[in-house]
Formats: sequence, C-alpha cells, structure tokens
Amino acid sequence: MTLGQSLSIALLGLEGHLVTVEVDIADGLPAYVLLGLPDAALTESRDRVRSAMVNCTENWPNRKVTVSLSPAWLPKSGSSFDLPIAIALLAAQRAIPIERSQDVVYLGELALDGHIRGVRGILPSLIAAYKSGVRTAVVPWANRVEAQLMCEMTIIPMGHLNALLRWLRTGEREENLEIELPLQSSEGNVDFSDVVGQEKARYAAEVAAVGGHHLLLMGPPGAGKTMIAQRLPGILPRLTREESLEVTAIHSIAGGLSTRSPLASDAPYVAPHHSATRVAMVGGGSHTLKPGACSLAHRGVLFVDEAPECDSGVLDSLRQPLESGSITIARAIGSVSYPARFLLVLAANPCPCGKFSGRGRNCICTSQQVRRYLSKLSGPLMDRIDLRVEIDPLSRVELSRPEMGETSAAIRKRVESAREAAAQRFLREPWSLNSEIPSRALRTSFSLDRLAMNFLHSELDRELLTARGLHKVMRIAWSIADLSGHVRPSVEDTQLAYSLRGGPR
Amino acid sequence: MALNKQPRSKNRIVGDFGENAVADFIRANGAVIVDRNWRIKEGEIDLVARLADGRYAFVEVKTRTSSAFGHPLESINSKKAHRLQRLALAWLATHQALGHDYRIDCAAVIVARDGGLSIEYRKSVL
Repeated sequence: MTLGQSLSIALLGLEGHLVTVEVDIADGLPAYVLLGLPDAALTESRDRVRSAMVNCTENWPNRKVTVSLSPAWLPKSGSSFDLPIAIALLAAQRAIPIERSQDVVYLGELALDGHIRGVRGILPSLIAAYKSGVRTAVVPWANRVEAQLMCEMTIIPMGHLNALLRWLRTGEREENLEIELPLQSSEGNVDFSDVVGQEKARYAAEVAAVGGHHLLLMGPPGAGKTMIAQRLPGILPRLTREESLEVTAIHSIAGGLSTRSPLASDAPYVAPHHSATRVAMVGGGSHTLKPGACSLAHRGVLFVDEAPECDSGVLDSLRQPLESGSITIARAIGSVSYPARFLLVLAANPCPCGKFSGRGRNCICTSQQVRRYLSKLSGPLMDRIDLRVEIDPLSRVELSRPEMGETSAAIRKRVESAREAAAQRFLREPWSLNSEIPSRALRTSFSLDRLAMNFLHSELDRELLTARGLHKVMRIAWSIADLSGHVRPSVEDTQLAYSLRGGPR
Repeated sequence: MALNKQPRSKNRIVGDFGENAVADFIRANGAVIVDRNWRIKEGEIDLVARLADGRYAFVEVKTRTSSAFGHPLESINSKKAHRLQRLALAWLATHQALGHDYRIDCAAVIVARDGGLSIEYRKSVL
C-alpha cells in the first residue's frame, strides 16, 4: 500500500475548511485521477505538479495515481493545492520522512520549475487552519508578510520546492528573518488641508467619521465632492490590529493585496465607478464567490460618485449590508458571508446638467428632468443616509483666502477623542457608534434634554420632520455633542444636526 | 509508408527483442506462452500466457531504447487499453475459451545502450 497525505485549506468565502489531501499510488497504467470537486484551475494542477517535481529531480510515479481531496462534498478551487498534492505524492513514495510533514498545512501554487508562487486568501486560510488545531504552515515566500500576521502559528515561508524538500528531509532551512510587524500607516498624499472652504461639508465629514453616519454630498461639478470623500479615510480612527486583520483577510481573497499593504492601519477607500454591476458592488461570481466593493470597503469608506447615474438596483443592493453590516451571497455552489460595515458616501449633481444649485442661473434642465434625476436615489436608501449636505460652488472670497484648512491629522485627533467619549458612554451597550443607537434607546436612556426635544417636536408638528427623521437627527446630535465635548446634546447641537440632516427629501 | 521503412525495421527488431525478453520473464515465473503476435483486423496481441492457476494473461509489450518520449507505459491510453480488452475477448472466442478467467497485463522494456535491459511488469491494468 502506497499512501501519502498532507493538509491544506479550502476557502469558501472567508470561511476555510481543513482539507486532507490523500494520494494513493496503485499498480496499473500511468494515470492521474483527481477527486473532490476540483475546478478548472485545480484540475490543471496535475501538469504543474508533475513538471515541478520532475524539474526538481524528484521521481514521478508512472503508475495509477489517485488524489483525493476530502471532505469530498466541498467544492475546491484555485491553485493553492499544488503544493500539498506534491507533498502527499512524495510522502506516498516515501521520498520524504512522514514525521515532519504531519500536522503542517501547505499552501502554494507550483511553477513548472519548482518555484512556489503566491496565492490568494492566505490569511483567512491560516485562520481556519489555526481553528482546526494546526500550528505550522508552509506558505509561499511571496505571501510571507501576510502570513506573519498570524503570529500564533509557526509560519515557514518557502520560495522553491527544493528548499522545502530540504527542510522536510534534514530540518535545515534558511533562517527566515522574523519580520517586525508594526501596523503601517501610509502618509497619504491627500490631506484635508487641500480642501478650500466648504466649511459645512468638512464639518459633515467630521461628524460622519465620529458617528459612522452615511453621507450624501450634493453639489455642482468641481465643488469638491470627490476631494472630500477621498480625504474621509484620513480622518477615520486608525484600524486596530483586529480590524486590520479583518480587512486584510477580505482583500486577500479578492487578490487586492498588491495595492494595499497587509498591515495597513488606514481605513480602506473604495470608489467603484457608477457603471458597477450589482455583483461588483455586493460580491459574487460564478466559480468563487468573491467579495464585492462593499466588503472591500469594510471598516472604511465606500464612495459612489455620480450616484444617480448608477443602474437601478445597484445602490439598492447596498441596503442589506447597510442594515446588517454583512452581506450573504447565495449561489448554487453555496452561500458565503462577508463583513460589510462601511461608511457610505454618495455624491450627486443637483441635476443632469449639474448647474441647478445656488441661484441655478445657468441650468438648462427641465423641472421634470431634475425630479427624475434625483428620484433615482430611492427612498429606502436615502432613509439610511443620515447626513445630506449641499455643497455650493466656491465663491471668489473662499478661493482667494490665503490660509490653508485644517490638516487631516488634526481632525483625526478630534474624531478619535469623540469616538472615545462615545465608546465610554456605550460601554454596557451592544453597539459602539452613534449611528447605531436603536430608536428605543433614543426614547429612553439616550434622549435629549427638554429644550432640544421641544425644538424637534415643533419641527415634527410642522411636518418638516418625520418620526424616523427625528431619530436620525438625534443620532447626529449625539455625534456633534461628542465632537464638541458636551455630555448631552444641547439645543445648538440639535439645531446643527437638523441642518446637516437637510437635503432633498 | 515507404519512407518509414528503415526505422520500422529497426523498431521491429527492438520490439521482437523486448517481446522475447518478456516471454522469458513470464516463463521464469511459471506460466506457459500459448500464443504470440496474434493478429486480427482490429489489432494485435503481443503475448498470451496461461498462468499456473489456469487463468489467461494477455500481455502488451512496450519496448523503448530511451525515455525521451516519456515512460513506455504512458503511450497506452484508455482507448488502447479498451482495445486490448476487446482483442482478449476475441482471442478467447476464437480459441473456444470464453468464460475462462483472464487478465490484461502490460510490460515495459527499456533497453539501455550497452544491451542491458529492465522489465517493468504490471498485472491486471484494467
């Protein structure tokens, strides 16, 4: 009996399963059978593994080779099984000692010359391996930084099959330098001091960052909507280690770690074009269910420019993740959940021609066009957007003002202390952001003082505010109070909140 | 075909050499060769042996002088293996031996430059 086995991980979304790769070499005509629901890339592994092994002067068994990836019912995809298959094959031939390859998870794609290439989804795979009780992992050299994030495990980065085999046989390996893992913060080249004027929008962005309120910026082209949205991640609090791991895991699956450092502590910023499809927005795909823009923006900012230009349904598909903070994608091959707790920023022109603001002097749109344009932003979606700010075109006074605006660093400091105040207040509550205060709590323990409520109730009586809108204003008022250091929102805070709530509906 | 005449005859010699070697190998293992190069329209069986336990073994022999074109047995794909199966049944039918237990074997012979050879014998490959 010539059997060999090794361990690997199959990913379904962010969830990993421990997979046992078993190889049986039987007498019979040379053949290679791969079992366990492989996809196309995995079926091709045979030729990669074979070439890599032969080119590393290992013996390829000219017999009937049966490779089984169990659990058999789990669909497996991708090229990361090349390495475990090669190891199991060599173990079956007794070409490597069994002891050292046991209880080790292998991940990696093989190049034809035996190099081990990087793969997607290393971090979530390692997390799954750790949960299954495996404490050692061999990963591609190219993924070593990402893998080192899983510092609870012994990570063995390998660049070539030969080096790996030498380690398995003799225990020798190039001592990999323990990489120091400080959370990196890229000094962004965008800063809030670049934004000229627009005091109201700047303040709205600050409030959004404090309370996690979603934001709609409406204004003519060139007023600075995109500039403000781009600078919003720079004033969000830095990610903690756990949050950074979470974000890295999602980006790892999407294969986006080439643009984002695995250890980045900056909130991600994702700005899909308005031609994005629903699948691009929420995730999906036919073979592997990849995370969409809203999951890539997890713990960061999702910015949709020209929001009314989006195809119908695309923006509305964001309603579920906005509500629950996660998105579940169901397809025939299974259903996966990705976290999607993002700050939504929408930008819109006031009308198709973009000039219907201020005095609207040069606007050429008919009133019907304007109405139709803005009605693309559906009621239920707008309902979830707390802050609706109109941006006016820059005036000559603002443009000629010599002094720069506040820097992102200064604003972030304020945001962080405001969030700290909120966190203290919500210590015993299941939520942590002002935008998440449930309505029941707003009526009881997180109510405003009498004067502020009187103001809101009079607006309600004049039918300028709905009951739901009233709660939204209260949540914003709490964020403003946190920013200005008040224990409880004052009347002024509430009135300011009411003005930020404004907007088209 | 005419162009191939020279290499064919060389291959023929190599092939016969390999088949003889395998026949010796089979005899040495206590079986009797009952037929060689049995040929019908569909193809050819290299060796038919009667094993000690009464079963028939149909043997396909592949001889190579180098492994430049891969392992000899790799040239037997499943289509070819199934043809061997049909040929075996045809042989049994023509020799009034249908119903006998049988198996299909393959042998790979690699002939080295110095005349040394190695035989790899696989039993019951189907």
